[in-house]
Amino acid sequence: MSDMALNTPPEPGALELEEARQDNRSRWLLALPALLIIGCFATLPLLVMLVYAFLTPGDYGNVVWKFSTDGWVAVLLQRDIFDDTLMWADAHLSIFWRSLRLSLITTVLTLVFGVPTAWFIATRPREKRQFWLFLVTVPFWTNLLVRTIAIQELIRSEGVINLILLKIGIIDEPIQMMFTDFAIGFGMTYVYLPLMVLPVYAAVDKLDFRLVEAAHDLYAGRWTAFRRVILPLIKPGIIAGSILVFIPCLGAYVTPRVLGGGKNLMFGNLIELQFGAGRNWPLGAALSLTLMAIVMVALIYYVRVTSREREDV
Amino acid sequence: MKKLFAAASVLALGATGAIAQELNIYNWGNYTNPKLIEKFEAETGIDVTITDYDSNDTALAKVKAGGHGFDIVVPSATYVPIWVSEGLLEETRPDQMENFSNMDPVWIDVPWDEGRHYTVPWQWGTTGIAVNTKYYDGDIDTSAIFMDPPEELKGKINVVPEMGDVMGLAIMYYGGEPCTNDKEILKQVRDGLVEAKKSWLGMDYGNIEKFAKEDVWAGVNWNGSTFRMRLANENIAYGYPKEGYVVWMDSVAVLKDAQNMEEAKTFQNFIMKPENAALISEFARYANGIKGSEEFMPEDMKTAREINIPEELKDKGTFLPTCDPDTQALYTRIWTDLQK
Repeated sequence: MSDMALNTPPEPGALELEEARQDNRSRWLLALPALLIIGCFATLPLLVMLVYAFLTPGDYGNVVWKFSTDGWVAVLLQRDIFDDTLMWADAHLSIFWRSLRLSLITTVLTLVFGVPTAWFIATRPREKRQFWLFLVTVPFWTNLLVRTIAIQELIRSEGVINLILLKIGIIDEPIQMMFTDFAIGFGMTYVYLPLMVLPVYAAVDKLDFRLVEAAHDLYAGRWTAFRRVILPLIKPGIIAGSILVFIPCLGAYVTPRVLGGGKNLMFGNLIELQFGAGRNWPLGAALSLTLMAIVMVALIYYVRVTSREREDV
Repeated sequence: MKKLFAAASVLALGATGAIAQELNIYNWGNYTNPKLIEKFEAETGIDVTITDYDSNDTALAKVKAGGHGFDIVVPSATYVPIWVSEGLLEETRPDQMENFSNMDPVWIDVPWDEGRHYTVPWQWGTTGIAVNTKYYDGDIDTSAIFMDPPEELKGKINVVPEMGDVMGLAIMYYGGEPCTNDKEILKQVRDGLVEAKKSWLGMDYGNIEKFAKEDVWAGVNWNGSTFRMRLANENIAYGYPKEGYVVWMDSVAVLKDAQNMEEAKTFQNFIMKPENAALISEFARYANGIKGSEEFMPEDMKTAREINIPEELKDKGTFLPTCDPDTQALYTRIWTDLQK
């Protein structure tokens, strides 16, 4: 190849073409490990799930290789156990609604606690910020399950919070916190808070404070300056944080199970039930894919909306 | 004797050419006495690893999925026929093993493993009612404790999420037979459970410390686990529902695709020795099926109400049969309805 290039002087433009080709090749080579991992550990399993969702459940788990759409139908519709009428699968719908509601509440709570925290860190002197950021990541050092069980020690009847409240006389008998929706919300907010703080911090960090000063010069009050200047500028961070919190919340499994007492299923637990005691793998696969489709639609909608906004600007 | 045993197992292993002797046991959580494992390791030189599961279905699903690496599993009686019919168990013939003579004859010709060709008893017990008598001093020998709870206990009840046990108790509470597909009774069961659930606090495993620390005051629980609760909190008592309670046995079986077949068989033989079986019971506080193990057991087990069923309630216990897949599917639907 190089000999040829030496012997015959390249046509104008051929050299660039060759360079571009090589550039392209090395880009593919660099991307290969990531592509392989995504292919083997994300795309392939997804395909397996897609296939399984269209098969018939085996008697004791697994699947029988016989085509069936029952799994998909059962996501939304069911026959009544006792009089065989076809109706909405309200068990699945109400479980999905519970997951959705809890994810929304958690996202709002992490916003309420996360934005001021991020603001606080970003407005410290530059050399101190590293320290505060480091503190935010400390919880990641311990396993999620261990942290969740530690929360039980805080909120149980003879737990730290109840003992303190009893001691200083605010309450006469322990408050029931364990195994309540409060416990799940508390746990999820704690677990997902760093995922909100970090992107919001990145946005506040980039914020040009001269703009805020300018707003004040133009007689904007604190609230107006926040609403009209700061909020639009840190919005990308807030949206990124909300997505990072909301999506894993929808499929959360451990926290609701340990803190919620398992009395009410979440979507993640419903899926698990189908692969365990329910022995209905196709339904489990269909439920998982449904959840994923809903998340995808929401994300695509978000991308559309934000790109349109950018065009408007 | 001990030396002979060790020598025999070394020989057996030498024959298979195994160098690193390992055994991977897949058992219920908080169920295996560390002392039993230490003794087994000391006597045989086999290195044991234990992995936990929390329900029969989890274990079945995981092993069926393959690639698990386990040698031994401890399914409940109801599930043994499923494991066998799915071709997951090795026919290790415990009935031809050296220590089989110690087995209590009552437990040999059992419906789930006639003549004991696959399994060796681990422990047996009952599923009944645990109550903290500090908060309720009425009759506790009834499923009404969780199906129609007294005012004092409302909001403080935990029901173990073991579908078969809870469905069994509820069906018997309404006068049916376990595994029934009588829609009349099942409708009562569904409506009754859904209504009762409003008074429950949770449906969770791993309750010993939650009862001991009085987060939970009553609920559906297993006898040995309740025994351990009482040792931690003396107010806790165990009740045998007179409407019918569940009797069960968990048995040690060897998986067909076990990597350490000989070691697994050695373990089956090992636990049929009375002093070893007693170690199992000493920890988890359930009875085992081995004759002569009583004399090695802690004194407090000989009189405990959790272990010794009161005479008048003895005939109220039922072994759950294995329900057919259609009935099981029906039960799963009721179970999902309950947890929606």
